[in-house]
Amino acid sequence: MANFYTDNPALRHYLTHPMMEKIVKLKERDYTDVDKYDYAPYDYADAVDSYDRVLNIVGEICGDIIAENAEEVDHNGPRVENNRVIYAEGTQRNLDACRKAGLMGMAMPRRLGGLNFPITPYIMAADIVSRADAGFENLWGLQDCAETIYEFASDEQKEKYIPRVCAGETMSMDLTEPDAGSDLQSVMLKASQKEDGSWVLNGVKRFITNGDADIHLVLARSEEGSHDGRGLSMFIYDKRNGGVNVRRIENKMGIKGSPTCELVYKDAPAELVGSRRLGLIKYVMALMNGARLGIAAQSVGLSEIAYREAYQYAVERMQFGKAIINFPAVAEMLSLMKAKLDASRALLYACARFVDMYKIYDDIAKERALTVEEKKEAKYYSKLADAFTPLAKGMTSEYANQNAYDCIQIHGGSGFMKDYACERIYRDARITSIYEGTTQLQTVAAIRHVTTGTYLNKIKEFEAEQVHPEDEGIKNTLVFMTQQYANAVQAVMGVNDSNYQDFMARRLVEMAGHIIMGYLLLEDTQRDDSFRRSLHVYVNYGQAEVAKHADFIGNFRPEEIKDYLYNEPAAAE
Amino acid sequence: MSLNIIVLAKQVPDTRNVGKDAMKADGTVNRAALPAIFNPEDLNALEQALKLKDMYPGTKVTLLTMGPGRAAEIIREGLYRGADDGVVLSDRAFAGSDTLATSYALATAVRKIGNFDLIIGGRQAIDGDTAQVGPQIAEKLGLPQVTYAEDIIKAENGKVTVKRRIEAGVETVTAPYPLVITVNGSADDCRPRNAKATMKYKYAAAPSEVAADEAKKELLDKKPYLRIGEWSAADVDADLAQCGLAGSPTKVKGIENVVFTAKEARNVEPTDEALEDLIKELIANHTIG
Repeated sequence: MANFYTDNPALRHYLTHPMMEKIVKLKERDYTDVDKYDYAPYDYADAVDSYDRVLNIVGEICGDIIAENAEEVDHNGPRVENNRVIYAEGTQRNLDACRKAGLMGMAMPRRLGGLNFPITPYIMAADIVSRADAGFENLWGLQDCAETIYEFASDEQKEKYIPRVCAGETMSMDLTEPDAGSDLQSVMLKASQKEDGSWVLNGVKRFITNGDADIHLVLARSEEGSHDGRGLSMFIYDKRNGGVNVRRIENKMGIKGSPTCELVYKDAPAELVGSRRLGLIKYVMALMNGARLGIAAQSVGLSEIAYREAYQYAVERMQFGKAIINFPAVAEMLSLMKAKLDASRALLYACARFVDMYKIYDDIAKERALTVEEKKEAKYYSKLADAFTPLAKGMTSEYANQNAYDCIQIHGGSGFMKDYACERIYRDARITSIYEGTTQLQTVAAIRHVTTGTYLNKIKEFEAEQVHPEDEGIKNTLVFMTQQYANAVQAVMGVNDSNYQDFMARRLVEMAGHIIMGYLLLEDTQRDDSFRRSLHVYVNYGQAEVAKHADFIGNFRPEEIKDYLYNEPAAAE
Repeated sequence: MSLNIIVLAKQVPDTRNVGKDAMKADGTVNRAALPAIFNPEDLNALEQALKLKDMYPGTKVTLLTMGPGRAAEIIREGLYRGADDGVVLSDRAFAGSDTLATSYALATAVRKIGNFDLIIGGRQAIDGDTAQVGPQIAEKLGLPQVTYAEDIIKAENGKVTVKRRIEAGVETVTAPYPLVITVNGSADDCRPRNAKATMKYKYAAAPSEVAADEAKKELLDKKPYLRIGEWSAADVDADLAQCGLAGSPTKVKGIENVVFTAKEARNVEPTDEALEDLIKELIANHTIG
């Protein structure tokens, strides 16, 4: 009888963010679908009411079904029989419920069978699902891949595949190979074109989430003799055609319900998506950006459940004659968990709104020419989305891990036993800062927005906003932190040594992150007082973190870098 | 092959979470104090109908409920889950009905809907727990009935195959249709609300619900699928003598509050024998079992 949407008012707070009115109006093309589809909205209020109702369904399924099955799914997991994946029984029930509720292809347009949801409410669903079971969120969230088909595939391919996704078929993105992990330019899976122009795939993929999916997006080398990213193209493989077998599934630490497969392609027929050679440099980059936002949502859902489990335990557990939540040492951990959770969620939905804005403009640009004003706006948001996606993925996944760690800490010895959900949350959270690009790689993507000033410009925009008089003090703290950040950036950029700059990059990105999350919570507090507590706790924390990084950078002599670097010879072939 | 299915549903007070103000001083249920919900076993019944609709495309599922205008809420709940249509049977003349008067009224509405293959309802409602209405409707319509159904396996060539949950196990029976089936709570849970159907039907309403709202009335005129049927006693040609209090031979003689209190505490030795003796005793006095 639990509802993971209605019991969490923060979600509705972001659903009704002031920017949503514009996003929804653009997404709905001024509400012109209303005469064509019986489930299209009349106006903004009607649209938000629909999102609210659908998220209510998501919340109910998550509370009553998916969360209930999570332990069993973690325990039993999927298995391989005759080269096919068989999901755990609970996973099957979860998928069945999501299909019957029509929660697949949520962000796809109505003409292809979708719900035409903006990214923001779709990401909200991902946040809710992940709280119930992060491993299941992987399977459900792979509907993201439909977005890539929608953006880059031919009309014929869109009409062939997207309605199937909306009807409940699952997807996978087949990128990683034994020798191509973070370095996808080394992908070797071979795509050969036959005389009739059709393509077949041969080779091996590894670590493929939901690798026995109905519809796969595959990165493969289409240009014989090429060795870098420019020789790679993207393909669709349809399981109905056969040719791909699951050799084994990995025995993982967490998200055990989500099968991670090793795939063998043997003359597997496939369709080219878009243009040759753009597979990695354009399509996978877009696919990964969507997936990174998904992992940020997964991380926020995990932070949420970690906080709730810890809170519940701290209220119930009595020691020395009182509930442990009443000891400051425990209360501090909980308050910081809550602040990190709220800051993560604020960043997630800020990012989702930016992604919404530029993607919708991109889509409109396929129908008509954008006005000069619109083009300018699209560019502005595209840049912000590009800057906020790695920041969100990096920060929220690290916080999910920290919250999972503290959740166990609050449970004490009991948390180390298998009796409580916290140990599963801890194992599930661990992957979030690794897959779809490690935190270290998010830093690589984010650092240019430190150096080019994207973050600082946005921070200055936040700074220009009016706040309630009682929040002026905290705003001054944020202004001070910004000055420390700007000084640190200048100091690091002043040293002409790329190793040194890479070494300091994560510190700078985190400093930007703390300030941005502080401002976002400040903005939330202006609309809703209930955020004030987390605002204070988070800014106290962020202020200390920013000072710590500023201190480290200030005290560090660039020549000290030699104490950190290794210069080992490359491993023998 | 497609079927026409009528699902009987009742809006009930949620007696699973009863507070101290659940009963009024006169011993009747204080409906205002309890949230109104879709009777749980009627949801099991709806799932059976929707499953048949999945199996036999073109099947039409019509919900029928008796109650005040606000009972249209459970028709909407059904539409969100995949039902095609719904009717609220609503009239002051039906007030105070016992099971006999209720089954009479519902039977008249079923006749008016006409053209049905299966009538499926929950075994019983959680406010009365009589399990009489389904069987009585079958009697009034002169139809066969299958009770305690757990799974309607198929409905083909004029025959349904139904798995029943009976005291000592399960039994699978076949029966000719049209017929009445009542479904047990051990059957599959009802599927969740569907996103598209929820958005499509969220403004569906019975005329009495929107009487004071011109914009909503206009919407029902513009989109007839949003209009939930609302029938009075006259609409179904009901004989008023058989309706409501007049048609209800059941008279409530008295209602008493039962308060559970702990009377005695007993220490039981932590041995297998002592525990076994305790269990036997509890079974013998019907505390458990």
